[in-house]
Amino acid sequence: MKDISQARNFDEFMEGIWRQNPVFVMVLGMCPALAVTVSAVNALAMGFATTFVLVCSCLLVSLMRKLVPKEVRIATYIVIIATFVTVVDYVIQAVSLELYETLGAFIQLIVVNCIILGRAEAHASKHPPATAMLNALGMGIGFTIGLFALGGVREILGAGKLFGVSLFGANFQPWVVMVLPPGGFFVLGAWLLLFAAIRRKKGIPPAESKGCHVA
Amino acid sequence: MSPESLSQIFLSAALANNFVLAMFLGLCPFLGVSARMDTAFPMGLASAFVMLVASLCAFGLNLLLTLFQLEFLRLIAYIVVIASAVQLVEMILKKHSPALFRALGIYLPLITTNCAVLGVALFQTAREYSFLQSLAFSLGAGAGFTLALVLMASMRERLQLSDVPGVVQGTALSLMLAGLLSMAFMGFAGLGG
Repeated sequence: MKDISQARNFDEFMEGIWRQNPVFVMVLGMCPALAVTVSAVNALAMGFATTFVLVCSCLLVSLMRKLVPKEVRIATYIVIIATFVTVVDYVIQAVSLELYETLGAFIQLIVVNCIILGRAEAHASKHPPATAMLNALGMGIGFTIGLFALGGVREILGAGKLFGVSLFGANFQPWVVMVLPPGGFFVLGAWLLLFAAIRRKKGIPPAESKGCHVA
Repeated sequence: MSPESLSQIFLSAALANNFVLAMFLGLCPFLGVSARMDTAFPMGLASAFVMLVASLCAFGLNLLLTLFQLEFLRLIAYIVVIASAVQLVEMILKKHSPALFRALGIYLPLITTNCAVLGVALFQTAREYSFLQSLAFSLGAGAGFTLALVLMASMRERLQLSDVPGVVQGTALSLMLAGLLSMAFMGFAGLGG
């Protein structure tokens, strides 16, 4: 019995990292995913901030799932999420002003990241706190991995660096368009293409952006 | 108050710093509703209207919150205002154009979670725009959003007629298209300062 429940917990955790990866499989939360991923550091910071908000909001939503009337649930979720985003906003401002200025308004825009509202509505509102938190943590880590994959590739190609360390020596001619807006679209498109090719080999139909269908 | 002129702000928000193609705001509806022209255009207009209302409300709210030194409530207040504005648009559409209301379906309430709308409110606060500047900014952002949506929809309609390899179909192809469109919009860089 214990084994089964442990396996199920592991499943809940892994779902967000691989099978339902928010960036590569569900194609959700793309606005921050593309906007801040010009470097690996930015991508990781954004990923961690989002994970924190995701886990805290899912915990609270799950704890309150029997108290909140169905009609006002979305509004309640948004206020809960906005509260935690404000917390993160002030924390980042206190810890690193430099990072705060690079990420700018995109920290506050975590509020409208559909992964969080989607998880709160589709999962946390129907499951007990522990399961909801595990699932949220998996999703958050999956999102962070996705952002890192985008930010890392864009920094390597666009600036010839990773975490600010030069990789190719002085003769490298940076592929500047990769750190500009079009590069974000191209890199994400290329990753999705790779995943579509893998899925096709395994005989699974290709991923289609379902948009933010939460309500 | 920032010194930019109104036309500068409008052009910059609509073209050079287009909300979708240069700032990556509002990508969900951009990819979700842009498959067909007859939903893309109304969706763009509806979003533009919500942006206008949200921007005006946000300007008033910000004055009020600064007056009472409650800046930490800004985000929550903005989100609630936007949700109400969306509700308003929904009611207007339902009354005056039920067909369009059904066509837009699920995407209408989702304007609430459209980061472009919240983005307008947040950026105008961060840049300390005056009332008229906020107005120009929100109008420019709305026009730019509609333009991007319409361009994308017309490209995707053409694309349906062409023979594309199976692996590329779907979101990957839309993203590549958006990348090309975004590259074209980089040509506007410098316009409007």
